[in-house]
Amino acid sequence: MIRSEVLRDIAPVIRDHLVVCNIGLPSQELHMIDDQPSNFYMLGTMGLSSSIGLGLALAQKKKVVAIDGDGSVLTNFGTLPTIANNVADNFVLLIVDNGSYGSTGDQPTYAGKKTSLAAVARACGCENVVECKAEDTRAALETALSGDKMTIIVSKCDSGNIPVPVITMDPVTIRDRFMGAVKA
Amino acid sequence: MTIHRQIVDDFTAHGIDFVTTVPCKQLAGVIDEIENRKEIFHIPSNKEDEGMGLCAGAFMGGKRPAIIMQNTALGVTLNTLATLIQFYRMPLPMLISYRGELGEPVACQVEMAVHTKALLAQMLIPTYHFHRREDADELGAILKYTFMCNKPVAILTDASFWKGEKE
Repeated sequence: MIRSEVLRDIAPVIRDHLVVCNIGLPSQELHMIDDQPSNFYMLGTMGLSSSIGLGLALAQKKKVVAIDGDGSVLTNFGTLPTIANNVADNFVLLIVDNGSYGSTGDQPTYAGKKTSLAAVARACGCENVVECKAEDTRAALETALSGDKMTIIVSKCDSGNIPVPVITMDPVTIRDRFMGAVKA
Repeated sequence: MTIHRQIVDDFTAHGIDFVTTVPCKQLAGVIDEIENRKEIFHIPSNKEDEGMGLCAGAFMGGKRPAIIMQNTALGVTLNTLATLIQFYRMPLPMLISYRGELGEPVACQVEMAVHTKALLAQMLIPTYHFHRREDADELGAILKYTFMCNKPVAILTDASFWKGEKE
């Protein structure tokens, strides 16, 4: 399974929750598969999906799923100790780990080589870290969302992209409708 | 009243309830004060762009965030300021220690000090510079302005400001 197939599979599970989605193809794919006001699409700022998601989870009670990538987590490694030490039990971080920088041409990341993001997360103090195969992501997410425990899921999937249009929605519109969904 | 307490009183008076910090020697007193306030959620971050991500999320979750950081970190936050805070129009007060100004003992700090105001001007970020103790009397108005216009706003605080004694 590649990332877009994982997103298609989990879309029904996340659509009723607040979702912060990573820059580039992940946001474009989610937007194409199942656009929701409760989706916050990052149009820029690589690496900050987990940080935005954590800030949002700490600020209010609704469940938050931050969809991140292995490359983006590598670029903002400092996020993992911050998450570990500021537990928000309404927060799920889903790292779609395809071992590559998908949006820029599938250049390999270190997460596809020797570095285990699940092991790094555990070493940073994150207590509930699940690594799963792409096929099992949906079940792992359902379990995480039905519990009340902050969870980090590392979904190991294949590298690869599908053609997908860019998001042309204005950022203030994305933010405004998202904040409406937060308050709803 | 200490200047630290005065600043954090202004924060709480303007509803700021979520503060991320990356330490600087000059900011130690304010950070201690933040940590001791029950009405503020204090979340230290490892890097300032990470902190701005936390603030963006907190803002969308209904909080009034602020970041406390050193001017040397401006370089690592430019992309985040442009593509997250400014692009999505979010308010973000940035209380910044202005290292490398008069009284600075460390030469390397001057290297970013000479770029600080130019970078902020280039980013079209409203910038206020606290040099004398009484300059802090404007803090409340600056915070009000920040949440009125939904922009990042910089408050530079130099060594003379922190050293100054209020009569």
